[in-house]
Amino acid sequence: MASRDDIKFLSNPKIGQKRTKYCRFRKFGIKYIDYKDPEFLVQFVNEQGKLLPRRITGNSLKYQRKVSAAVKRARHLAILPFVTDLLK
Amino acid sequence: MRHYEVTFIVDPVLSGDEIKTTAQAYVDMLQQEGCTIVHNDEMGLRQLAYPIKKRNSGVYYCVEFSSETGAFIPKVELALSRDERIMRFLTVALDKYGVKYNADKRAGLIGKKPTAKAVATVEGEGVATKKAEPAPKAEPKAAAPAPVQEEE
Repeated sequence: MASRDDIKFLSNPKIGQKRTKYCRFRKFGIKYIDYKDPEFLVQFVNEQGKLLPRRITGNSLKYQRKVSAAVKRARHLAILPFVTDLLK
Repeated sequence: MRHYEVTFIVDPVLSGDEIKTTAQAYVDMLQQEGCTIVHNDEMGLRQLAYPIKKRNSGVYYCVEFSSETGAFIPKVELALSRDERIMRFLTVALDKYGVKYNADKRAGLIGKKPTAKAVATVEGEGVATKKAEPAPKAEPKAAAPAPVQEEE
């Protein structure tokens, strides 16, 4: 009997499966979010410089609060823009 | 012991010496108030994300200090806000993770990925470790704190 690995599917069976979201801070053990690091913070904002929601980034609530505080501090210090177009 | 960090932007129109004396004045002021300066990071001239006082760039300074009380901080902040040479400032209380992060960043640990390769070189002969050592120093410290995958 052929196992599942031997079967060649016409379409990729992984298409349509949901990717499991995870909190990168919990997964990689990041405890502190530096507000002076724009390259890191830019991952949590969209092209207009607005904060991305948790349902997209997958952050846990604890770290989403820290991310939002860090982004707001960076905006105050002109490290990140308040509003813009084509940030990425 | 409380840990703080004050970041401020100095007007870039001033001459190089004036910028340094301005920054040093606040470092001295903090020392007079009886706190110990942990680190004075000159982040240098940077492009601002949006114009402040019709300037498009600024000289960033970040001073990390620790003190028994935080009672003098409003006094320092008042002096910073009255100073026309300072464009922006932000004082932040650091938690224990923030203190550790800053210490690691100075040591050059942030941005370096602890891979199996690095572990192998440590376990290997002395020549391999000698070769591995200069590499982290050459790496710029501005990098993401950990390997992070873009997910959208």
